[in-house]
Amino acid sequence: MGVSVPGEATTEGQPAPPIRSFVDAVRSAFAPVTGVLRSIEVDTRMLGMVAALIIIWVSFGLVSGGTFLTARNLWNLSVQSASIAIMATGMVLVIVSRNIDLSVGSMLGFLGYTMAMFQAVWIPQSLGLGLEQPFTWVVTLVLGIALGAAVGGIQGFVVAYGGVPSFIVTLGGLLIWRGLIFRYAQGQTIAPLDTTFQMLGGGTVGTRVGALGEWPSWILGVVICLVIAYTLIASRRRRRRYGFPVRPMWAEVLVGAVACGVVLGTVWVANSYPLPPNVAEQVAQERGIPVPPGGIPTGVAFPVVIMLIVTLIVTFLATRRRFGRYVYAIGGNPEAAALAGINVRRTIMLTFALMGSLAAISAAVQTARLDAAVTSLGVQNELDVISAAVIGGTSFAGGIGTVPGAILGAVVMQSLRSGMVLLLVDSPTQDIVVGIVLVVAVGLDTVVRRRVS
Amino acid sequence: MITPVTATPIAAPQRVPLVELRNIHVAFGGVRAVAGVTIDLYAGEVVGVVGGNGAGKTTLMRTLSGARPPDSGQILVNGQPVTIGNPRDAKALGVETIYQTLALADNLDAPANVFLGRELQATTTLDDAAMESATRKVIGRLNPNFKNFKTPVLRLSGGQRQAVAIARAIQFNARALIMDEPTAALGPAETAQVHSLIRQLKSEGIGIFLVSHDIHDVFDLSERISVMYHGRLVGTVNKNDVTTDEVLGMIILGKPPTKLTRQELAELHG
Repeated sequence: MGVSVPGEATTEGQPAPPIRSFVDAVRSAFAPVTGVLRSIEVDTRMLGMVAALIIIWVSFGLVSGGTFLTARNLWNLSVQSASIAIMATGMVLVIVSRNIDLSVGSMLGFLGYTMAMFQAVWIPQSLGLGLEQPFTWVVTLVLGIALGAAVGGIQGFVVAYGGVPSFIVTLGGLLIWRGLIFRYAQGQTIAPLDTTFQMLGGGTVGTRVGALGEWPSWILGVVICLVIAYTLIASRRRRRRYGFPVRPMWAEVLVGAVACGVVLGTVWVANSYPLPPNVAEQVAQERGIPVPPGGIPTGVAFPVVIMLIVTLIVTFLATRRRFGRYVYAIGGNPEAAALAGINVRRTIMLTFALMGSLAAISAAVQTARLDAAVTSLGVQNELDVISAAVIGGTSFAGGIGTVPGAILGAVVMQSLRSGMVLLLVDSPTQDIVVGIVLVVAVGLDTVVRRRVS
Repeated sequence: MITPVTATPIAAPQRVPLVELRNIHVAFGGVRAVAGVTIDLYAGEVVGVVGGNGAGKTTLMRTLSGARPPDSGQILVNGQPVTIGNPRDAKALGVETIYQTLALADNLDAPANVFLGRELQATTTLDDAAMESATRKVIGRLNPNFKNFKTPVLRLSGGQRQAVAIARAIQFNARALIMDEPTAALGPAETAQVHSLIRQLKSEGIGIFLVSHDIHDVFDLSERISVMYHGRLVGTVNKNDVTTDEVLGMIILGKPPTKLTRQELAELHG
């Protein structure tokens, strides 16, 4: 009743509207595939996004004569995507709960500037401890994240307890935090930053490289694979114990194999990118070895490692904790959430606080990469972050969206930009293309979703 | 002017009522939605709460479910005065509500909705398997054909959604249940299912406030009937002492049966 079944094509006697019949045609063509997908229980929308990403990569690869798909370019792509992806994970939760945060770019600028002040001015000069203390980077990062949570939390408080629409509060925030930077920075650039802190950006300072290196990267990959396998097995066991239906064994293995393949493939690509020759020479000298013929592998960049950790934490919060369940419930039906006894206001405030602390982490990555805090740090990042979340399947109607989807969305966006840079497309044209992709992606998704429900 | 009849005309049992609402007032701005209503409910009893649109039935029930605390008045559970400031307070007292709108989070699946706000946890993480298992049991009681435990409730039929909402109310050992128009959106077969469920719950000693437009439903299921009219209680009558016409008279004219004239009753039938 009311649930559409594939194959139950159109209403009898009525000619199907063109867009519907097209969708039907695509559906029936893929009928065997969807059967397999059903038994794997994989989100088909996620799969659509992966397909889109592959198409983008292959097209750019062909047009650029292979340059796009080099390890060097993909490594850079991963680093460029990281800072947007980190914030997009939080933006998913904000949008899922029927809110929006327009202030993330300005918060990032403000927090980045403050963190730069910590390590370049306050700790070394005001406290008289000098530069390059071993603890500087940790203290800076922790205080930055705490400040981010406070700044985001204040906005969230006004939204949740003050009842002011989040669009307005964070639009105000966008102006306020940016204004504060200009007021106190007086146009100054804060530099240089602590060298250990700089590693968070994925760059190199002397012989220190902001990446894991070869073996730690492989170890990270294997650990992630083990976690994936454990999760699959544990969930299967749990369902078995309760006598619930489980998916067929081959589907389980396929899912695990594909996930591990992606992880190990990523590590392989990162390890295929050698350090620049001059850095490699110094590193080799330091280790007392000759530079290997293929160069010294760079490995997974720290911004990407940070992004992975953030993804893991936010996904855990979103899917395994009450907090996440409540965020989705509020997005689905705020009144029902309140009647169920959920503290709606507190939950909403917390999503904004989380968003603020993620903006701080991204601020650390971006300032570390630049080795400076500039007044324009994070300008227009809110647009990239919101686009990433929305391309990744987050719905403005609330209640729908996933963290991994947002990560994919960020990678899709950055792939488009990076590919166009490679093809020497000018920046206005890039904006036009990204804008069109955003609207088309959401439009297609809406059509498909309407069809499904 | 209609004088409110607050005392029940039937011999009150000696037991302590499970739930008692005394002299409840609720106003929205200048509009008095509920003005000095007193009703009670005993364990193992169904009390029908009837009245026309805007009579204040739902608003009165919302004071008990914690959705809208009363402006004044007293609520007693097992003879003890209690404060119900929010839905959590009501649930802690064993008062569960099935709202007319069902109050489901459409994007979540059945187990998530049944346990919304009271999730089972394995140490500090959600125990989805345990919640699904319990949900399968409780919904199986209501509707053995229910299979879609993993789909968002948005995609379920009206009857299945109703089953989820009812499951949420009876999962947690409710002592008193508020059912606001539980069958308004259901077909005949599903309505019959809900009726037999109500009888079963009653036999388990649960007290039920049944809010309904359908006078026949109410006569079928309840022992006593409280009639509301423009925010006031017209009266509470024993089902066996009155006819449906007399109750209709109370609903439409806002007068207790003793004050209804033969002529007014005749006019009801046009």
